[in-house]
Amino acid sequence: MKRVVITGQGTINALGHDVAATTEAMREGRCGIGDLDIRDVDRLSIKIGGQVKGYTPEDHFNRQQIALFDRFTQFTMLAAKEAIAQSGLTFDGELAVKSGVVLGTSGGGMNTLDENYRSVYEDGKNRVHPFVVPKLMNNAAASHVSMEYNLMGPSFTVATACASSNHAMGQAFQLIRSGLAPAMVTGGSESMLCFGGVKAWEGLRVMSKDACRPFSANRNGMVQGEGAAVFVFEEYEHAKARGAQILAEVNGFAMSSDASDIVMPSRHGAARAISGALRDAGLSPNQVGYINAHGTGTAANDKTECAAVADVFGAHADRLMISSTKSMHGHLIGGTGAVELLACIMALRDGVIAPTIGYEEPDPECTLDVVPNEAREADVDVVLSNAFAFGGLNAVLALRRV
Amino acid sequence: MSDSVKDKVIAIIAEQAVMDVSDVTPDSTLEDLGIDSLGLVESIFAIEEAFDIQVPFNANEPEQSDFDISSVASIIDAIEKLVAEKA
Repeated sequence: MKRVVITGQGTINALGHDVAATTEAMREGRCGIGDLDIRDVDRLSIKIGGQVKGYTPEDHFNRQQIALFDRFTQFTMLAAKEAIAQSGLTFDGELAVKSGVVLGTSGGGMNTLDENYRSVYEDGKNRVHPFVVPKLMNNAAASHVSMEYNLMGPSFTVATACASSNHAMGQAFQLIRSGLAPAMVTGGSESMLCFGGVKAWEGLRVMSKDACRPFSANRNGMVQGEGAAVFVFEEYEHAKARGAQILAEVNGFAMSSDASDIVMPSRHGAARAISGALRDAGLSPNQVGYINAHGTGTAANDKTECAAVADVFGAHADRLMISSTKSMHGHLIGGTGAVELLACIMALRDGVIAPTIGYEEPDPECTLDVVPNEAREADVDVVLSNAFAFGGLNAVLALRRV
Repeated sequence: MSDSVKDKVIAIIAEQAVMDVSDVTPDSTLEDLGIDSLGLVESIFAIEEAFDIQVPFNANEPEQSDFDISSVASIIDAIEKLVAEKA
């Protein structure tokens, strides 16, 4: 089996328009969640989100690109540009033929759907722009990345709700580990902060009106975010031979299905994914120093996740750190695992653990060290990133310092 | 008015529980009726649609909502208040 390392990372999200700004915000425990600035927000009962602010598409893309790129694709392209530039890779020859792009998203082009449903239903128009379909399709972002960077190998999009990015990165990892691809561009993107996107979530009554406070006893729900993060995963010898900067090694991945409930999480399903990732990486539980939690800030997720971690780690659960950065950037749904991987890489490279902000009251059902409110310096060698989706589909990645 | 609110709410809860209206009594709890959290959220939606009201309910903190779901009677009381406030 090949070893898999990360040689590039890029992002745009509510905390920053690149990796440096994002990790600085995470170190400072800054909150990117605020008032939503979207059409018809007055008709929503949830009026907050982790929205990407100060962003103008025209600063980055020409007219023809904007006609084809939904907001989730735009975010993907910006994150991919940063990641691939950092990796220093140019995809040509055999590298181009074998390398591909696997991305996660849940809603795909939600803004495009929203705008065009308005146009035909609300405004009564009978004609839509010819690019509606290529703009809204879930694989649009992956396809545009493949075209921009000449990636001709295995490429597709994974949609497993809140676990989409972790499932996508897991696929990229396995493609390289098995020797099928020398490098993969991977991660995920989401842009659901439009009237229809937020209204749909309102219906489920799991959203907070004021803040995302994971693991805090007074937590009252999740807050949506938007944005993207993209990484370059590369076969270790390939990266070493060209003298690439290695950010971290991806050394384990596991998936599980709860086979139980369409919305309620399962302690056992989550625990099987976590222990599966450890087994896949050949790690013992006590080697793990930090877990980037799924930590949505809902009553159900956070207590179930803590119970699952306690099941897998036993006494070591009280020694490791676990934080939810969703408190800062919101829940990016299909893109969330990708943005959260930035916090994992920061922990390994910089020795800084991103905090769970908004933490106010201890919850007897969430007694782990959630790194409340302030980032912490710590020396960690191995980290995990959890993602547990609606529909009971779980995906956990293991990373280690190189 | 009150009777019709009560009857309508019971009809909605009975439909959710897949039971006869006559089997849903005021002192039944949602647990008795086999209605889980998703079923509750669906019932609240149906109630909001039926009476054109907004029910203040967050599934993350049911005990802190102004909407008491401890029994069918408490739900009916709460809905009656909301309907009266709207009128």
